[in-house]
Amino acid sequence: MSADATRLPAARRGAARSVRATAVRDRTGRLLRLFLPLGLYLLFTLVPFYWMLLFALRPAGSTSLLPWPVTFEHFDTVWNGMGFRTYFTNSVLIAALTLVSVTFFALMGGYALARFAFRGRRAFMLALLCTQFVPGAMMLIPLFNVFQLLHLIDTRWSLVVAETVFQLPLAMILMSGFVKNVPVELEESAMVDGCGRLRAFLAVVLPLLRPGIVAVGSFAFIGSWNNFLFALMFLNDPELQTVPVGLQTTIGENTVDFGALAAGGVVAAVPVVLVFAFVQKYLVQGMSAGAVKG
Amino acid sequence: MTLAGPYGARVRRALTPYALIAPTVLLLVGFLLVPLGSVGYYALQHRVVNEPYDDAFVGLDNFSRMLGDQQFWHSLLFSAKWVAAEVGLQLLLGLVLALIVNETFVGRAAARALVFSPWAVSGVLTTGIWLLLYNPATGVFHQLSEFGLADPATSVLGDPDTVFPAVVVAELWRGVPFFAILILADLQSVPKDLYEAASIDGAGRVRSFLHVTLPHLRDAIVLATLLRAVWEFNNVDLLYTLTNGGPAGATTGLPLYVAQLARKSYDFGYGSALTAAAFVLLLFCSVLYLRLSRFEGRGEGVQR
Repeated sequence: MSADATRLPAARRGAARSVRATAVRDRTGRLLRLFLPLGLYLLFTLVPFYWMLLFALRPAGSTSLLPWPVTFEHFDTVWNGMGFRTYFTNSVLIAALTLVSVTFFALMGGYALARFAFRGRRAFMLALLCTQFVPGAMMLIPLFNVFQLLHLIDTRWSLVVAETVFQLPLAMILMSGFVKNVPVELEESAMVDGCGRLRAFLAVVLPLLRPGIVAVGSFAFIGSWNNFLFALMFLNDPELQTVPVGLQTTIGENTVDFGALAAGGVVAAVPVVLVFAFVQKYLVQGMSAGAVKG
Repeated sequence: MTLAGPYGARVRRALTPYALIAPTVLLLVGFLLVPLGSVGYYALQHRVVNEPYDDAFVGLDNFSRMLGDQQFWHSLLFSAKWVAAEVGLQLLLGLVLALIVNETFVGRAAARALVFSPWAVSGVLTTGIWLLLYNPATGVFHQLSEFGLADPATSVLGDPDTVFPAVVVAELWRGVPFFAILILADLQSVPKDLYEAASIDGAGRVRSFLHVTLPHLRDAIVLATLLRAVWEFNNVDLLYTLTNGGPAGATTGLPLYVAQLARKSYDFGYGSALTAAAFVLLLFCSVLYLRLSRFEGRGEGVQR
């Protein structure tokens, strides 16, 4: 797989050559510069996914490189036998609540940052950025103490709160970028027409913010769905556990049930793949509106 | 009455932004600032959950223990190597990947969706996939060995010599797409006329990349590498599940060491001391990096 790393510079050399190339050489240049590295990278990306599907779908003990005949025994094992049904429900619940809270607070704060020039705005913005340098994994001990104090250990709320706190700052910066892209005149004319600020926001701004809301909400959902360490740390009750921790349990100390691991992986991947397919076209747009450029 | 109306509206307008950010401020203070402050407090205590009666103020004992702790220095060294390798390679590959999918070609949308897809995949799922790939009995190396392309007994995760590149590649798989997305987003904002001007001046593809594209991307790259460095430093999911820090502690980074202290020995005092040290170190390195790279804040998203 690391062959990719050594091949890619070849594309650059290809790029240099093609500068003074004829039409035919330009086409070869394009092939070397574009499609060769892209193909190699696609291979690097897709082979792992294929490998997981292969193990999930072919019978245990089979060494065939095609998942044929297809079996669903591994899915039955993880879903009914290993508790993935429960984990899945918990994960959906937690990720959905995180999505709602992150999006809601990000909308409020993002709107404030984009539309008001208030004292302390810059400091608040700086504080949001600074949170990115707080080592999340190292907050486990102090957060555990706070949650214990509030009796939130072993509740799903602990994960929702922790996820919200860690995702909100970036989500808010992103969202304020999206709000800035909505012309302020639209809102003002609605207010001149007699709408209150809230009405104007709900009727005029919110519909135009849809791409931004989709992007921010999806990031929140995916982030929460994937989090492993918070669940491991704050939940002990297996009835409350989430998919990533469930996936971890298929990886035993000495023996690994590859079929179960792969099938569990597919179960864990399906929601994020669906969300990703939905949000993909907003992804680059979302990034450029917020965190990366002003 | 006639005065109260506009006056009330003005007060309301002045207070609205504060009301809007209040919930966030409360959340951040309660669940980030207060816990962060408590790290400093616990770091000066002997505090082991299993020994509740031994809690005591011990001053800097935890920190002097840290300086003599071999495992601490090992984990710090691993973290430094890990961050350098991941950020360096992700920047290089992410830049190339972004430049490629920024070109116009048939199937670009599909290519983007496919190469970016690992971004959505979690640490533990990445682990699961790479465990399958790396397994000596059924993995890719086993498959390659059937064509005589690899040693059949290759166990990349079990061998201290190969485990580092193996975990680095697994993390690259999901890390490069994210970097590429960030760079691509900024790449699309390079004004087209700059390239036209450059080509009129006789600049070729390479020169316009070096003199137009790179300078434009600079702030975005500085910020992205800094954020990535912090995130990769804190990355625990993948290493915890892929190797559990092994073999023989070869892949235990500092955050993983702290997590192990918290979960296995319940030593919150010493763990907090390590957390505090890591936080100060990260802050120091971040500021140093921003200074050295002469970051101007254009990419910060703060400007209007």
